[in-house]
Amino acid sequence: MGDYVRQLQLPGESSDFSRRQPLALRLHLDLPLLLLLALLTGFGLFVLYSASGQKMPALIRQGQYFLLAYCVMFAAAQIDLKRYQRWSPWFYLLGVLLLVGVIFFGVGAKGAQRWLSVGGFRFQPSEILKLVMPLTVAWYLSSRALPPRFKYVLACLLLVALPSVLILLQPDLGTALLIAASGLFVLFMAGIGWAYIVGAFVLACLSAWPVWMYVLKDYQKQRILTLLNPESDKLGAGWNIIQSKTAIGSGGWEGKGWLNGTQSQLDFLPESHTDFIIAVLAEEFGMRGVLVLIALYLLIVLRGFWIAVNAKSNFGCMVAGSITLTFFVYIFVNMGMVAGLLPVVGVPLPLVSAGGTSVVTLMAGFGVLMAVATSDSGRR
Amino acid sequence: MPQHIPLKDPGGEARLFITRILFSVLLVLALLGVILARYYDLQINDYEIYRTQSDRNRVQLQPLPPKRGLIYDRNGVLLADNRPSHILSIVRERVEDLDATLAELQALLPISESDLENFQQKLQRRRPYEAVPLRFRLTEEERALLAVNRHRMPGVTVDAQLVRHYPHGPLFSHAVGYVGRINEQEAQSLDERDYRGTFHVGKVGVEKFYEDLLHGEVGYQNVETNAHGRVLRVLERFDPVPGADITLHLDFELQQTALEALGEQRGAVVAIDPWTGGVLALVSTPGFDTNLFVNGISSADYQALRNSPDVPLFNRAIQGQYPPGSTVKPMMAMAGLQAGLVTPETTVPDPGWYSLPGDSRRYRDWILKIRGTGHAPRVDMHMAVAESCDVYFYDLARRLTIDRMHEYLSGYGLGKRTQVDTTNERPGVLPSTRWKRDAMNQPWYPGETLSAGIGQGYMLATPMQLAAATSVLATRGQWRTPRLLRSVAGQELPNEPVETLSAPPAYWEAVHESMRAVVHSARGTARKIGEGIRYEMASKTGTSQVIGIAQNAIYVEADVAERHRNHGLFIAFAPYEAPTIAVAVIVENGGGASAASPIARAVLDAWLVDDPEPVDGVAEEQTDG
Repeated sequence: MGDYVRQLQLPGESSDFSRRQPLALRLHLDLPLLLLLALLTGFGLFVLYSASGQKMPALIRQGQYFLLAYCVMFAAAQIDLKRYQRWSPWFYLLGVLLLVGVIFFGVGAKGAQRWLSVGGFRFQPSEILKLVMPLTVAWYLSSRALPPRFKYVLACLLLVALPSVLILLQPDLGTALLIAASGLFVLFMAGIGWAYIVGAFVLACLSAWPVWMYVLKDYQKQRILTLLNPESDKLGAGWNIIQSKTAIGSGGWEGKGWLNGTQSQLDFLPESHTDFIIAVLAEEFGMRGVLVLIALYLLIVLRGFWIAVNAKSNFGCMVAGSITLTFFVYIFVNMGMVAGLLPVVGVPLPLVSAGGTSVVTLMAGFGVLMAVATSDSGRR
Repeated sequence: MPQHIPLKDPGGEARLFITRILFSVLLVLALLGVILARYYDLQINDYEIYRTQSDRNRVQLQPLPPKRGLIYDRNGVLLADNRPSHILSIVRERVEDLDATLAELQALLPISESDLENFQQKLQRRRPYEAVPLRFRLTEEERALLAVNRHRMPGVTVDAQLVRHYPHGPLFSHAVGYVGRINEQEAQSLDERDYRGTFHVGKVGVEKFYEDLLHGEVGYQNVETNAHGRVLRVLERFDPVPGADITLHLDFELQQTALEALGEQRGAVVAIDPWTGGVLALVSTPGFDTNLFVNGISSADYQALRNSPDVPLFNRAIQGQYPPGSTVKPMMAMAGLQAGLVTPETTVPDPGWYSLPGDSRRYRDWILKIRGTGHAPRVDMHMAVAESCDVYFYDLARRLTIDRMHEYLSGYGLGKRTQVDTTNERPGVLPSTRWKRDAMNQPWYPGETLSAGIGQGYMLATPMQLAAATSVLATRGQWRTPRLLRSVAGQELPNEPVETLSAPPAYWEAVHESMRAVVHSARGTARKIGEGIRYEMASKTGTSQVIGIAQNAIYVEADVAERHRNHGLFIAFAPYEAPTIAVAVIVENGGGASAASPIARAVLDAWLVDDPEPVDGVAEEQTDG
């Protein structure tokens, strides 16, 4: 059936180029989204300069990551949605195989095997799944009537569970949950019944006890306990949360001024340039800065939903919705954990925290989003 | 494619997507609302709390340890001072791998087991980013080594601090005591606030007794630091109050004389100014170098001190409890006079032995083995003290009874701690029927009263007690608690007599007269040390048995192992007419009083004579009981 569709669409595709179209559309770029991303990454670099102890090399490094990430985004935007749809099951298979490989040949640190090392180059197969998971579930559902019937839902759950369990075995609970969520978001977009959603929610609550008892490692339990009472371990696990709350709170409405945050500049705040960077922003720019950041994020998320609603195919709609929702999960989890609302898990503040991997993965997602936005494949 | 059309409902699907997206938007808005509420709570509602907390983070209160007070002798000779010492410390939070850093440091410079142990203990109690000391007293060379290598070891710091130093080594080891590093137990009992930044505390002696005076009050400075504890600037400063400089009654020269006179012998000398109670000399031999203890003694050094048969760590002057022997006889004589049992003229027949009425058992006089007879057919008090007649005091003791003996001798401070201002003093024993019932759950036997009458049996006294008792004799009944501390920061401390033995002056004169005859008469037991003497003294010899001598056996010095030889004792005050010093000497296993009396002469000469002549220290053959 895939081939059939391609044959149908190919002539139309070529005819697009002959017609006079705006440059952005011809380059497969969504200008509003691009503008918002540029603002966000620019703001991010500003904060990062302060958070990294005013070190130029760190800034240049992150700039290089952004450059790479924009290239990846641009490249991802050029690929036709049909190809994503066609390739996703194969990438899914590849990803799962690599995850199995991690279990047998993986390298890692601190009791977790998360990397594969190929010719001296180390990478995390789970990163691939972050993008491939929603694509694959969307591919599976796109040829079926929506809302999906029970057996298809079940098949989707299997598709979601396989890599998630493999990642959980590494063990990397945070990533496993994020990837599972990105797959489930597709199901949600596909319109599975509310009964499923409520049922899953109840099941999750019921399974909390056995999960605590048998699944969670000691350090994970410690993080949750620390969240409930950070004062219990002021120097150890609680230190991060106490210091980040102090940084955020002491910023007040106006903030202490760029480069003037005592918590971050005097090194009281741990991980200030990575996972806890929002605390630097909150300390130096105050609540005003936080509002600006949240506004930027909200606009990006809304634009993502707008693209989803206007997608010309079910596949595009489900993928765009899932990518956008996942992006929001990053924001919510990171801002929540730094402010002491959620346990500390290794989730960066998207496009602001220092680091290359997450930036590239996220921007690749936005590339797919732009591909959806600029695709002219009609809804079937 | 056409075959799919019946299965799919594009319009319915579009509506479905819009609903789901709308729901997602609402969810996003709701969750962002939660986040915003949280940040609003932290940044607006609790702003003041976190602002204060962040200031407290940034501003650190650093303790400024006070300078420990100096200790001087009565003439201003420095006995304990402070010298700059370099300390190697570690800030745990800045060290990534503590074990590796410790190993690296150990490769550079010696770090002892006790250093490590101390360090680990302190590590548990530290505040975040507090430097924990690891090694004290770094040498110049070690500091240079560290300076070269420190860049490789973040969190390792070297600071200078003033640390106690004892310039005279073993000379004042027992008189002044020493400080040492605060241990776990002490840390719990010391005021945590006051000892922030202080590593040492008085462990023994004056250093411990006057810890409060010497320590001073801790100061503080408010400094802005980064999270690594590095000081960026000082915001505010409260200077510490240094510990008070104290002056002791001790006399450096007297102390030195006593130590030299004791020489290699084990023993103790205590000299007291009878009118102030001031302790002029407090020597116990062998001594030890107190500096060893200041920064943690090595276990080899400590084992050597601990295992030495001479027990150098034992302060014989206040912890050594010896049978006082015949040195109690002047006090016994006073008791006899006070109780009305004897007058100076009363005489007692002396065949060389004594037995209780209705008991054939013979209690020997020490003279018996030398002359085969008593001191004289009849002995009076003067002769009894001067020649140390046992029979006279056997008879007196029997008539006085043990409990009245206890009562009278208590007035001289026997049987209880003198409360001298130092640590670890022991009380000795002044026996009574009640004491024996309490301590041994046994009745008192009449024969034991006779032993007690000549300072043997259960009776035990420390050299400090004997010196204090001699002061009471010298002052005709005034008891003063012996005092090492003379003045604090130049302020003299009065020491009023707290108890008075009241007795007619004639009694005192009779006893003093008999004590004068010990040295200054042809038959006095210590006449030998009277050669060339330029003043008069009142004194009493004493010998105390280390092992029990069987009833009919005779003690022959040469046959007895050195450790089993008798202790020699001597008490004296001088000058006779207006005493300014009272002294007690004990020489362990000296054989007899003749080992102790020349030492007392040397000390008295040093105190009383401007240019003392050397005293013939050769022991006289004659001993007493």
